[in-house]
Amino acid sequence: MCDSHSGVILISHWNVIMLAGLNFATLLLSVAVCQGSQYKDINSETVSVDQGSTYGSLWPLPQQVSLSEVSFKLSSSSFRVVDAEGSSAGPSCNILQNAYRRYYEYLFGNARKTGHFKRKAARSELSELQVSITSGDSDCDGYPGATSDESYELTVDQPYAILKAPKVWGALRGLETFSQLVYEDEYGAKSINSSKIVDFPRFQHRGILLDTSRHFLPIKVILANLEAMAMNKFNVFHWHIVDDPSFPYLSRTFPQLSQMGAYHPYTHVYTPGDVKMIIEFARLRGIRVVPEFDTPGHTQSWGKGQKDLLTPCYSGSTPSGTFGPVNPILNTTYDFMNLLFKEISEVFPDAYVHLGGDEVDFNCWKSNPDITKFMEQHSFGDDYSKLESFYIQKLLDIVTSTQKGYMIWQEVFDNGVKLKPDTLIHVWKGNQQQYQNEMAKITLSGYKTFLSTPWYLNRISYGQDWTSLYRADPHNFTGTDDQKKLVIGGEACMWGEYVDSTNLMPRMWPRASAVGERLWSAKDVTDVNDAYSRLSKHRCRMVERGIQAQSLFSSFCRHEYKGI
Amino acid sequence: MLAGLNFATLLLSVAVCQGSQYKDINSETVSVDQGSTYGSLWPLPQQVSLSEVSFKLSSSSFRVVDAEGSSAGPSCNILQNAYRRYYEYLFGNARKTGHFKRKAARSELSELQVSITSGDSDCDGYPGATSDESCDQMYFTGLETFSQLVYEDEYGAKSINSSKIVDFPRFQHRGILLDTSRHFLPIKVILANLEAMAMNKFNVFHWHIVDDPSFPYLSRTFPQLSQMGAYHPYTHVYTPGDVKMIIEFARLRGIRVVPEFDTPGHTQSWGKGQKDLLTPCYSGSTPSGTFGPVNPILNTTYDFMNLLFKEISEVFPDAYVHLGGDEVDFNCWKSNPDIQKWMDEHGLGKDYAKLESFYIQKLLGIVAATKKGSMIWQEVFDNGVKLPADAVVNVWMGSGLQGEMFNVTAAGFTTILSAPWYLDYISYGQDWQRYYKAEPLDFKGSDAQNKLVIGGEACLWGEFVDSTNLTPRLWPRASAVGERLWSAKDVTDINDAYSRLSKHRCRMVERGIPAEPLFTSFCRHEYKGN
Repeated sequence: MCDSHSGVILISHWNVIMLAGLNFATLLLSVAVCQGSQYKDINSETVSVDQGSTYGSLWPLPQQVSLSEVSFKLSSSSFRVVDAEGSSAGPSCNILQNAYRRYYEYLFGNARKTGHFKRKAARSELSELQVSITSGDSDCDGYPGATSDESYELTVDQPYAILKAPKVWGALRGLETFSQLVYEDEYGAKSINSSKIVDFPRFQHRGILLDTSRHFLPIKVILANLEAMAMNKFNVFHWHIVDDPSFPYLSRTFPQLSQMGAYHPYTHVYTPGDVKMIIEFARLRGIRVVPEFDTPGHTQSWGKGQKDLLTPCYSGSTPSGTFGPVNPILNTTYDFMNLLFKEISEVFPDAYVHLGGDEVDFNCWKSNPDITKFMEQHSFGDDYSKLESFYIQKLLDIVTSTQKGYMIWQEVFDNGVKLKPDTLIHVWKGNQQQYQNEMAKITLSGYKTFLSTPWYLNRISYGQDWTSLYRADPHNFTGTDDQKKLVIGGEACMWGEYVDSTNLMPRMWPRASAVGERLWSAKDVTDVNDAYSRLSKHRCRMVERGIQAQSLFSSFCRHEYKGI
Repeated sequence: MLAGLNFATLLLSVAVCQGSQYKDINSETVSVDQGSTYGSLWPLPQQVSLSEVSFKLSSSSFRVVDAEGSSAGPSCNILQNAYRRYYEYLFGNARKTGHFKRKAARSELSELQVSITSGDSDCDGYPGATSDESCDQMYFTGLETFSQLVYEDEYGAKSINSSKIVDFPRFQHRGILLDTSRHFLPIKVILANLEAMAMNKFNVFHWHIVDDPSFPYLSRTFPQLSQMGAYHPYTHVYTPGDVKMIIEFARLRGIRVVPEFDTPGHTQSWGKGQKDLLTPCYSGSTPSGTFGPVNPILNTTYDFMNLLFKEISEVFPDAYVHLGGDEVDFNCWKSNPDIQKWMDEHGLGKDYAKLESFYIQKLLGIVAATKKGSMIWQEVFDNGVKLPADAVVNVWMGSGLQGEMFNVTAAGFTTILSAPWYLDYISYGQDWQRYYKAEPLDFKGSDAQNKLVIGGEACLWGEFVDSTNLTPRLWPRASAVGERLWSAKDVTDINDAYSRLSKHRCRMVERGIPAEPLFTSFCRHEYKGN
């Protein structure tokens, strides 16, 4: 295909760059136009000068990167992504075949329409990327899971580039990295430098939370967000699907929940088909879908379709007509939960369900005489967190019986509910000091945990707040190495009070990208100026791929977003 | 009339209420839509009487027509275009279904007759600083109001209640500033924004077209300015054709386009294409290679400005040009020995504000010679520049705001207010309320002084805004400013505003404007994306 001669030349040009602490031969240093102006700008954290990064536009930064000065061209008519000989995944592997097409389109756009396919590769052309799945079971037909292997090795060289990964999940991450290495030279020719990348995620749980209850999010937005997640190597879509304001999940077992509890029973619901499609779309991108059905609080919308599920609040000795949390003293409650979570366990293939458990308001329980009586019978005294624990305990048993693991918000742990050892505890409260103490406490108790507190992206402020998102680190608390190992990652949360399909995407991206790099890349990848340079380019790449990612600061993209 | 009339109370639709504030610390949240007597009207007209009697509108037979005796006819582009626009807003694609019928059913509204009552309809003119938008004669603003009165009954039939509205703006200058220098805004975004402005009865597009980071205005006289100073000489410029199209699009919606060419500061991008325009900064006794504000001591500077502003006066039909004049940094001037020498020769000593004034004074003369009025940022007034009597002072600094408004008007100048309405500053929660509560006449001036306050502008500076996020960041937050500037002073009920604005924002969404939500809620038709 290609003469071996050029391969020899190439080796003599290697400039090896390792990530941690080695000598950088400075390459690809493209100093961009600098904009120093801060018109009426009070923000002091603004990074405004793009000094270029040794690592081009790579985001999140891989664990080990070596780039050489030798570059190859990629031809839209002859470049191929193919299964390597000996790969355990073949043409029947949907995940890979879909990914090949997706990345071909990202790389060449509509260029494939022009020119005829030719067979012979020119000198200094990269004609193939060979993808090899090295373990016996490629996971092609499976779902990504909590322990899925996402590692990969990428070698770009003549006559072809090689992407090796134990599983398809690593191949997906490697394809994204490969696409990020491709750039246009000054004549517009697609080019890639000879390079070697060894990569794996620092944390296994890298999530984004979307809230489809406060505002209904059309499927199109959810899918676009999954696309963007894949571009940033996120692997968990935490779907906060229902809450007080609306119940858009169409349950086959209890259809009245969405019929009565959704904003609209037809236009503002997710049908079983919708859910299936979202799960498959996510699977093809190596993203898990973890649904959250938050109880016993945050359930106002549940009560509209399910009689007697919620606790009737009292005003003096008579019911006030309003309702509180799920009623924990009725057997019918647990019958209902049993059936509902059985359905959920079948609809959502992931091994985990998020059970919520946060912010339970005790006032309604306190007002209800039946509850009071029940509390006395069970010797709970005035301690309503015991009643909450009683409920959660029973719910955990129900979920356990469906063979699912569970995640819960930190209050459940804080309230001393007895948890299974494999429970994942989701930290969201407090200031930096408080959440770090919480992480220490949880891991000291031997539980696994993941962090969201510093990453509530619904909270907005003027200026480059991505820098503070970027600086937060889940391991920054006082604890032993064993404790640190129990931290499985984190999630960026976009609560829905002020977010709907009009503004979700630009508010999420590229701010969530900062979290993405923190969770994927090595701990010492903390240079904000280098990050600014790479992230600016990465965000323009997202825009070119149709993702409405907003700007970091005064600047331009070669191709601006074309929508409104 | 707004205050104290008996309304037959109608359209009271109490929406689903959502009280939850998940992890929400914001105390100012209005979350319960209690319905408004005024339905979805935004901004609220000056005088509204609504009756309970409702009529249906049929997409096949309803017509908007020129009334007999109207001074505007079928050749009036502005109106004919508006008729089509509002027909489409009202009926969308419905016109495809059903045959046209002629006979109106009982309780059907079959026609809206539009009558322009003054002799000259202004049909072929441009909106100006004194355009009469009062509408017991219906004009665009009236058509917008009409469209806001139409609702769907429970069977989905387009309906409107018998009503009488007398309306006029409280302030004549109601503007939106967009910044196309820090980020280039594709034309599509600018046009969408003009559409949204019309829906909110804004009438001035303040186009902050160039600044330090880039110079996207393609000048016929000095094409090298954008060739060298734009982010890209072809993909990131506004050609003369683009500018013309934007002006016409705005004119058809009753919106003025006031361009800002900000000098002598904020001109870094100008220097790339125009040699010797900017002051060379010195480091010690040698030029440092960097440049400062426009060089005020060279004759060539004024020759250049003369030609440029002549072109601007021809390209932009509005009677005003905004000259900027804000935030001039004196450090570079101080470092330059030629400037120092010149200052000595002219007896200015070390007072660089006087040098700035010297420059602006000459610029004002140049612009006056083009028969245009000048708007300027407040610093120009503060520095004691002698301003022409018709100059408009744009107040933007938050500190000392009341005093500034007092001083500007006491000196007899008209003023527009922007300080409370910097929409590029974002924060968590319902910040629209803050914009809504700001009151331009909230300073202790005389009646004569109050009359000099001709309005305000919502500014969306471009550091953090481009085509990906501009429209949802601007709307409906700017709508709050829109009502403050249009409606009567006593229209201040936040809960009533919340109810109307929630519906108004869903209407904008239905019309294709991605206006963001005020709070937890839904629209019947959510934004479908691009």
